[in-house]
Amino acid sequence: MYQYTEFDRQFVRARAAQFRDQLERWQAGKLTDEELRPLRLQNGWYIQRYAPMARISVPYGELSSAQLRVLARVAREYDQPDAALLAEAQEKQLALGPVPVPGTNRQVVTKLTFGYGHFTTRTNVQFNWIPITRAAEVMELLADVNMHGIQTSGNAIRNITTEELAGIAVDEIADPRPFAEIIRQWAALHPEFVFLPRKFKIALNGAREDRAATGWYDISLQAVKNEQGELGFKVLVGGGMGRTPVIATVVSAFVPWQHVLSYLEACIRVYNQYGRRDNVWKARIKILVKAEGQRYIDKVEEEFRQIVEIDGAPHTITQAEYDRIAAQFVAPQVGRPQRDAAAARVHEIIRADAEADPLFDRWLQRNVLPHRNPELRAVLLSFKRLGQNPGDCTADQFDACADLAERFSAGEARVTHEQNLLLPWVHQDDLPELWAAARKLGLARPNIGLITDMIACPGGDFCSLANARSLPIAEAITERFQDLDEEHDIGEIDLNFSGCINSCGHHHAGHIGILGVDKDGKEWYQITLGGSNGSDLSGPATPGKVVGPSFAKEEVPGVIEALIDTYRQLRQPAADGKFEPFIATLKRVGHEPFKAAANAARFVEKEIA
Amino acid sequence: MTERLIRILQASDLETETEVNVLVVGNDADVAELSLEGIARIELNFPKFSDGRAYSQAYLLRRRRKFAGDIRATGDVLVDQLVQMQRTGFSSAVLKEGKDVADAQRQFERYSAFYQGDVVVHEPLFARS
Repeated sequence: MYQYTEFDRQFVRARAAQFRDQLERWQAGKLTDEELRPLRLQNGWYIQRYAPMARISVPYGELSSAQLRVLARVAREYDQPDAALLAEAQEKQLALGPVPVPGTNRQVVTKLTFGYGHFTTRTNVQFNWIPITRAAEVMELLADVNMHGIQTSGNAIRNITTEELAGIAVDEIADPRPFAEIIRQWAALHPEFVFLPRKFKIALNGAREDRAATGWYDISLQAVKNEQGELGFKVLVGGGMGRTPVIATVVSAFVPWQHVLSYLEACIRVYNQYGRRDNVWKARIKILVKAEGQRYIDKVEEEFRQIVEIDGAPHTITQAEYDRIAAQFVAPQVGRPQRDAAAARVHEIIRADAEADPLFDRWLQRNVLPHRNPELRAVLLSFKRLGQNPGDCTADQFDACADLAERFSAGEARVTHEQNLLLPWVHQDDLPELWAAARKLGLARPNIGLITDMIACPGGDFCSLANARSLPIAEAITERFQDLDEEHDIGEIDLNFSGCINSCGHHHAGHIGILGVDKDGKEWYQITLGGSNGSDLSGPATPGKVVGPSFAKEEVPGVIEALIDTYRQLRQPAADGKFEPFIATLKRVGHEPFKAAANAARFVEKEIA
Repeated sequence: MTERLIRILQASDLETETEVNVLVVGNDADVAELSLEGIARIELNFPKFSDGRAYSQAYLLRRRRKFAGDIRATGDVLVDQLVQMQRTGFSSAVLKEGKDVADAQRQFERYSAFYQGDVVVHEPLFARS
């Protein structure tokens, strides 16, 4: 993991002090609400439905045990609403009504929770209940473990993300983390680029498989090697979700790694000058790239040429700087766990117990991934289970994960874009122990990549942008698919859920997407089919297509069930003896039978009534 | 500590200024094409403090056009923008009415340095000796 230098530490502390100064000026009436707004957003502080929301940056998802413990403390001591506020919020959310679980007489109602952090699709951690009066204190506490909220919101360059298997993937071309860190530093408080037309998200993928959703970002950098074997990046610009989903355009097929910062500078400077500022829905770079096409590319190339030839490309990444940063990402030494005779006997018992349990086998299949070091594995802790919202981690779970990371993964964990936590350095001999420990914590559900491993934003229960709730519906779907035999039989599927068109739940990229929409003040949901994040399973990145008019909230879990039933009726065996996955059936037979099944699941009587 | 180089002006200061040849540049203008001959001061306006186009314009005027005169920020100029204005090439800024110059000065004392190169210090932190 990247180790902060004294400069980095001072910088983050200065940022916390600056935020305190801004909040104090606001409280003294020297800054208006409107003037404070971008300043607090640039530190990750939103004003939400019932309380502020704090988005803490986790660059490329990496967290140390020490950082996890401070997140635990923030959850425990600060993510605490006062009783009256909670009661008021709970009452208002309850009034929106329950959601039925198909095939049962169970109804899911909103239960607002607190004292936890939420993992996001951009690998940040969010808190929902911290009072603004304690905001400065929280940022100072986080600064002590090199954490901050710099540019996690606002019209600036947001947290830099990479695929979660960076540095350990078997199909890696280059470790993207050193570059992500170099870009993070370059982007932090960039004087020219913190008031861009709109938010700006950069992702890096260092592997052959696209696991970073590179088609969907404002800028993506895909590691490539040229014919000489030299490392560079393919640069894609202008992807984005939102109201107008667009897949990014390749602006350069090969930028040598030394020039990555200069090239980003060119791409973003052209956007800063020419991106639209008159309409918030047309302000993302995707609209500029779409409207200007080749002219945008030509402008970037010319700007890049001038950065190099006139400015002297001062941000050329030197070999020395690359080496300095890359040295911090060398793999930790993880050897075979040393056990004395007594411990070895205990290990044998745990191993034998695990191997006798079919759940362990399922966990090995779903939650344990291959590693570049053949002795090691990457293990996913599942934060998708009944009774807790997708990606939510309580204070005690943060602490427990810190312990697990320390005991089994060289003190490191990673937030994944699917809202789970990955332990990247687990020795294969430790798998039975880790499974047993994770199981006790409720984090060993073998559902990674399956239907209950859905992406979901916090939705209308918390977010003031949301048009509809996502959590009760996500829970109804989760409850419907609690049978692990059935869930494994259904197989791999991306079910993505956003509470509004801002698309935090990446619904456009889901094989099945659910989008909350507002009609006459009621909660409705649009269902899309066939979206892709660009992974091998899903195929080239593409937005899903809407199946038809939106569905009432009560109908949604049943519609998902109908789509899955249709798949199970139409699927064909695959070469490996299993069945083709949902997305393959959908591509093979087309959307029609799925649309028909979804529409048949509407509550027709109600509509007539 | 960042040395404050930018002149912070208040509306009242403008009354006593000597007149020079001023070019007022709109946010839409491509500064690469402007004629700068005989110009002593360029004024770049911030219609809203959250409109960041003038930062790129100032940067290009200083670095690309090598403009050596005064570059002045006008309009919605607030305390928290001044450091970045200095870093992108502004040499004076007219602070919005009612804003406290002492609050502004404090912002320059906060950071010892920044990661990126800018108009004042060309090299990024990693390339500085």
